[in-house]
Amino acid sequence: MTTPDHRLTQLQTLEAESVHVLREVAAESERPVLLFSGGKDSIVMLELARKAFAPGRIPFPVMHVDTGLNFPEVLEFRDKRVAELGVELVVASVPDAIAAGTVRQEPNGSRNRIQTPVLLDAVEQHGFTALFGGARRDEDKARAKERVFSFRDEFGQWDPKNQRPELWDLYNGRTHLGESIRVFPLSNWTELDIWGYIAQEEIAIPQLYLAQERDVVDRAGMLYAVNQFITPRDGEQVLHESVRYRTVGDANLTAAVRSTATTVEEVIAEIAVTRLTERGATRGDDKVSDAAMEDRKKEGYF
Amino acid sequence: MSAAESPIDVHSAAAEQAHEIAVARKDILRIATAGSVDDGKSTLIGRLLYDSKAVFEDQYAAIERASRGDYVDLALLTDGLRAEREQGITIDVAYRYFTTPRRTFILADTPGHVQYTRNMVTGASTADLAIVLVDARKGMVEQSRRHAFLASLLRVPHLVVAVNKMDLVDWSEEVFEGIRDEFAAFATKLEVPDLTVVPISALQGDNVVTRSVNMPWYEGTSLLHHLEHVHVASDRNLVDARFPVQYVIRPQSDAFHDYRGYAGRVGAGVLRPGDEVQVLPSGLTTTIAAIDGPDGPLDAAFPPMSVTVRLADDLDVSRGDMICRPHNAPQVTQDLDAMVCWMADAPLVPRMRLAVKHTTRSVRAVVKDVQYRLDVNSLHRDSDADSLGLNDIGRVRLRTTQPLFVDDYHRNRVTGRFILIDEATNATVGAGMLTPAG
Repeated sequence: MTTPDHRLTQLQTLEAESVHVLREVAAESERPVLLFSGGKDSIVMLELARKAFAPGRIPFPVMHVDTGLNFPEVLEFRDKRVAELGVELVVASVPDAIAAGTVRQEPNGSRNRIQTPVLLDAVEQHGFTALFGGARRDEDKARAKERVFSFRDEFGQWDPKNQRPELWDLYNGRTHLGESIRVFPLSNWTELDIWGYIAQEEIAIPQLYLAQERDVVDRAGMLYAVNQFITPRDGEQVLHESVRYRTVGDANLTAAVRSTATTVEEVIAEIAVTRLTERGATRGDDKVSDAAMEDRKKEGYF
Repeated sequence: MSAAESPIDVHSAAAEQAHEIAVARKDILRIATAGSVDDGKSTLIGRLLYDSKAVFEDQYAAIERASRGDYVDLALLTDGLRAEREQGITIDVAYRYFTTPRRTFILADTPGHVQYTRNMVTGASTADLAIVLVDARKGMVEQSRRHAFLASLLRVPHLVVAVNKMDLVDWSEEVFEGIRDEFAAFATKLEVPDLTVVPISALQGDNVVTRSVNMPWYEGTSLLHHLEHVHVASDRNLVDARFPVQYVIRPQSDAFHDYRGYAGRVGAGVLRPGDEVQVLPSGLTTTIAAIDGPDGPLDAAFPPMSVTVRLADDLDVSRGDMICRPHNAPQVTQDLDAMVCWMADAPLVPRMRLAVKHTTRSVRAVVKDVQYRLDVNSLHRDSDADSLGLNDIGRVRLRTTQPLFVDDYHRNRVTGRFILIDEATNATVGAGMLTPAG
């Protein structure tokens, strides 16, 4: 794989950096957990974790904050992957929290914000000290500002004006009881890098990421597939379109994009010429304000 | 059919194109920019991103909406925090990504103001190249000197001085040459290995991505062309083998019953199976039996690879140990002489106790002495200083509870650096670069 001049491709460099981060946390943190949603970024992160500890097993559990609004294909994929790797899966359930009365969903049906208290409860209950997240800095302006090791207080809050200095690759993951560190091994990966790695490593991904003919409705320029979570409203016309998902969030709020890309390679070719960010193109929940992500992160969101 | 069931067909046009776009690229160049909004730093970055087509339509629409003046403020692409947008300043490092057919760039956009020095050091610590912005109308100011000094202190291998706002000095060759000469004279005091000075107008795009038609007297390349071609492969130390053990992999499974691998990142040098190696602190020697990479056995491992090394003999090796070559070992010492950049409100003073993280080894230390504080503007050494305040830089002597395996930062950036942690608050309070004792 390596060339005689001792150079690496950008994917090999990013891989080495991520593996270093994963091992550092496993070595120093008492009880880490990896957030795994079945989305493409967390799939790549889990694959990097597999490589980091091979031929041993991944030495920490994975956790999914289940909003109850997931695409069924993604949940199926999650369970299959977890079983293949023999890792423990912790599910933090938003519907359970709603039933218990600890959180309430927003009038528009968004459970994005209430994932946070459910996540924090699970962290406290299991005593997790470090949480790996698949967030990338190229996704959003607030994420672009966050450290690889992001300190969070006992309420999971991010203080963007008072981040720990992060020098070289000497990470400081120290916490007091109740505090935690969010760790982002994919910080320096771009959307294109993720897809390039999926192609290079031939990593399995949920079918949703590839184009399929679907019944969709057009809501304010975004295409939502008709499914158990989305029913056409009065006056909405159901269109039959070839679409794929660029992100997989909650099925009631994640839109698809028009696409004919049925292979990973074709997806890459499409992404290379696309003119919209993946969140801007597909996530109804990010459209609230210019600082929507910063505000959510301050509250403890990933 | 899922992606996993459809192996890549190298003969298909789409696969070839995908490979070219996303897989085959070489080299990541890590850039740190320093300067304030007044110097046009954010505008320059916005220009690089916009002209290299790394700005998406929805991002552009968002800054178009947020722009207050008559033109679309490209600076808003980089200042992401609410407080930054409100105050029109950069507070903390923002990372940006753009790609050209030749290279991938990771750009750390760092603040220029002295009160955010620690954030600038954060951004510059991982950089291959630093860009210092100078306003052509003002020439070198205190801040430009400080930025150049910090880049040299951190041993950022390549320094670019971008003389901006050339449009406001009538594209004057004399103005440019004056600043270039003044900077070159200052740089001789700093040990800058590679200095390039480029006249630009970030606002209008001159010499940023394409050569300027307004400055025919300038014979160099555009800034982006320089970033694409600057030679960085030899910036690594490939001579002195240093492998800090990060994690011990022992599967304890039936299939890998006797497997014991030492995982870590190659700090320097090239490791190969069959190499005779020494393990510190024990000093015992053995040979490398095998090196496992992310995709299986490797013939060679070099920085910045993360690998797993297996040794021929069953030695007691754990996290924090160092694998090196028997006749080329780092210094084993409890006495650290270092330039320290202090990052906490409470000052660093003698007798203070701190935690030290060096490679994968964490120890405690006591501050023995502050030898001098450096005035980063004049480079004057104040030997009367006996403490370092927030954002101060000075030479400090520390004594550690356990030995560390160190090299001079000049020789080896990986084994020559450490961070200081306050054990009461767990905050990272200092960055240290080891210098020869004396």
